[in-house]
Amino acid sequence: MTECVKQLVDQEFFAKPDQLKGLRAVLRERLAAEGCRRTLIDQLVVAVNEACMNIIQHAYAGDEKGKFRLELIRDEDELIVRLIDFAPAIDKSTVKPRNLDDVRPGGLGVHFIQTLMDDVEFLDSGSSTGNVLQMKKRIEWDHRCNTKQP
Amino acid sequence: MQYKTTINGDYTIIALTGEIDLQTSPEAREQLLDLLKDRRHVLVDLSGVEYIDSSGIASLVEALQFAKSNGLFFGLVDLSEAAQQVIRLARLDKVFALYDTVEDGLAATG
Repeated sequence: MTECVKQLVDQEFFAKPDQLKGLRAVLRERLAAEGCRRTLIDQLVVAVNEACMNIIQHAYAGDEKGKFRLELIRDEDELIVRLIDFAPAIDKSTVKPRNLDDVRPGGLGVHFIQTLMDDVEFLDSGSSTGNVLQMKKRIEWDHRCNTKQP
Repeated sequence: MQYKTTINGDYTIIALTGEIDLQTSPEAREQLLDLLKDRRHVLVDLSGVEYIDSSGIASLVEALQFAKSNGLFFGLVDLSEAAQQVIRLARLDKVFALYDTVEDGLAATG
């Protein structure tokens, strides 16, 4: 069997709320083009959007001049999502889901991400600044892998 | 995101449509809280919601808590698939009063 590793997205965005609609559209379009099913696309969009919100709200703390990169890679039967920012390194130990029995506004993003993705981890950014979040999801692609880039 | 309000007695039905995300949820929050501060009971029609993130859910939770602490009714009706998915994910489907239709919501509140 031919190994399939294909970069679906490698795009930079400003850390601004108005970037998220376009980012979600890119995700939907690229995943649909690979034959990812609609229900799974919906879940992936929710998880990635929440991770981007965390970058905007917490890593950059509202500094809209900040940027982050979205990488989407089809690797055999997995989707790998990497979000790379250039903000001050966050304290990873604080990134954890809260108790949902405590009904209050906010604090749901990490729960969404961990529930919807199979694997979530911060990678070493190789620098004293920046954060690299990697998320993985197993996917049964409906379309065969064509590594020829459009 | 767009919104449209309809008056029915002491109740205001507010239909939120489109995408409720980090960019648009502050407006949704403001609209909901303004209605409640005017002492209106509120039903939120979510049938036209194409996308809602955790900030949109936070706006709904804040409105629910404001309503409860002020003796007002706050319910959600006709949830789109996208809204259902996220409300279930947040395990809030037992926290909000949910109705299939606006008529069901109005009937249930007496």
